[in-house]
Amino acid sequence: MKKNPLLILFIVMFGLAKSFGQHDHNQQAVDQAAPAAEAHSHDHGDHDHTGHDHTGHDHTGHDHTGHDHSHDQPAMGQAAPEHSATAHAAGGHHEEFKADASAFHHISDLNVYTIGPWNLPLPCILYAPGKGLSMFSSGKFGIDNAHHGTGHKAVDGYVLYKGRVLRVADPSFPQGELEISDIVSKEITTEKGEKKDKEFLIYNGQELPLDKSSTADGGLFGGGITSFYDFSVTRNVAAMLLVTAFLAWIFFGMAKRYKQAPGTAPTGMQKLFEPLILFIQDEVAKPFIGAKYEQFMPLLLSLFFFILGLNLFGQIPFFGGANVTGNLAFTAVLAIIVFFVVNFNGNKHYWEHVFWMPGIPAWIKVLITPIEILGVFIKPLTLALRLFANITAGHIVIIIFVSLIFIFGKAGENPGAAWGASPASVILALFISAIELLVAFIQAYVFTLLTASYIGAATEEHHHAEAEHH
Amino acid sequence: MNLLYFIPLLDFSVIKPDFGLLAWSTLIFLIFWFGIGKLAFKSIIKALNDRASDIQSALDSAKKTREEMANMKAENEKILAEAREEKARIIKEAKEAGNQIIAEAREKSKEDAQRILVNAKNEIENAKKAAMVDIKNQVGVMALDIADKVIRKELSTQQPQQEYVKKLVDEIKFN
Repeated sequence: MKKNPLLILFIVMFGLAKSFGQHDHNQQAVDQAAPAAEAHSHDHGDHDHTGHDHTGHDHTGHDHTGHDHSHDQPAMGQAAPEHSATAHAAGGHHEEFKADASAFHHISDLNVYTIGPWNLPLPCILYAPGKGLSMFSSGKFGIDNAHHGTGHKAVDGYVLYKGRVLRVADPSFPQGELEISDIVSKEITTEKGEKKDKEFLIYNGQELPLDKSSTADGGLFGGGITSFYDFSVTRNVAAMLLVTAFLAWIFFGMAKRYKQAPGTAPTGMQKLFEPLILFIQDEVAKPFIGAKYEQFMPLLLSLFFFILGLNLFGQIPFFGGANVTGNLAFTAVLAIIVFFVVNFNGNKHYWEHVFWMPGIPAWIKVLITPIEILGVFIKPLTLALRLFANITAGHIVIIIFVSLIFIFGKAGENPGAAWGASPASVILALFISAIELLVAFIQAYVFTLLTASYIGAATEEHHHAEAEHH
Repeated sequence: MNLLYFIPLLDFSVIKPDFGLLAWSTLIFLIFWFGIGKLAFKSIIKALNDRASDIQSALDSAKKTREEMANMKAENEKILAEAREEKARIIKEAKEAGNQIIAEAREKSKEDAQRILVNAKNEIENAKKAAMVDIKNQVGVMALDIADKVIRKELSTQQPQQEYVKKLVDEIKFN
């Protein structure tokens, strides 16, 4: 709700980006009729407009360009006759900049840790059924810092494309390390008639389809089970480990001080964290859970500080920009844990209210019971979605505002406009950043508060005499 | 089926939960919860609550002390008032006693004076009686003397003798 004006702004920017891109591209389409053969050329050498600005690194050769362009380019359609799709947006040095694609790239999980222009390697733990486990550093893929985390080597049939590990679906692909020439992204049409992007490895003049890692959405959001599973220590996992280590250092240090010097005035970190801890205890746990609050305090504080820590960590510019709390996998895990805690602690009254609400006519009970049973699952689901959507939206809006510079500058063609757009971009991004700091706290608080209220509803001792009167 | 028709080409990967991230998130959060949560947070909360109750009891005892002080003050005032009353009573009693003593003394002195007076009167009376006896004796002696003299003189005339006796007796006056 509170994001409404931001969302409108976001949509306006999105539209601006689209129209600028469209215009740019149409012009390009006229210009580039010839270089069909080099259409996919993503030679690692020819990227001089490096994207080490952390926000700009998506204006690369093989971007996910809009599907509507394909019809403008009959010349390029012949480049890959074996596919029903067309390769797009290649050729010259100044490709179209797409703010939406850039944003989606930045919020996604990666197998490299990006600090400023550097892509630091992370451990890869990959499992492909029938092949087994492969463990190696993502540095083995040969990442050049200026290349947005695309590696120039294949390792055991795996390649690194824009920071993500992909697998050559063909099991006959040679194992071990070998140089690869290029990876391209193309729009294809599936058997069901859906258009989607698919990555291909150019190897020995052939285009080999690449699989993304398996996801647990069951194909609902375009993912699903593929030929391998990625259990790597990704950017998000690394961020979680860093935040956990940092918070462990702080809280164990605090606990130690309370033991060593009991009854003394708080100092240092204690001064900062005591009000937060007491806030969760006195304003969240006690009013919502009641007498039994103490047993749930470790969970509530863990949720609050873990979410808050990761929210704030994701806000640090040029320090990985890990979007952990804006990833549905992470928020779903927290929600599932809350689901189990709530329902394992649910007492007789709670289940009675779910399955056979007391104090109302029987025919209404028949209507209410399915709703209540659904509610048991919807409550944690909303927890997961709320946190995910808020944090992701914040990240996207900031990236879009920063992208204004590239949108106006047309990816380097128009530096004057880029300079002109910079102040507005900086001010808007700064403004949203400030709001995001607030959102980081609010979302951590809301998650904890709602968890407490669900636990409170499940453990509350109802007074039926009263309930029946109201 | 793809729910994201509005962005079919873009890889909106954050909505696709990766198995690796699910596994790592679960593991790390459980470590956080059972490590930091159960160890650090529990002792921090305990320390905070202990301190809160310490402060509360300190405040309570301060309040109690204040109340006690107030009570004590009231009691002191009461004692003081009582002491004052006692003082007044004692003074009053002392005054009364003094007055009584004075009255008694006065009474006694009056009685004494009376007694002394009576004694003195008695003594005077006695002395008078003694004097009377003495006088009578003297008078007798004198009478004898006179008689003696008279007799000596009488021997010449009767009339002038009687007159003379009478004159002598008159001379003896009782004061």
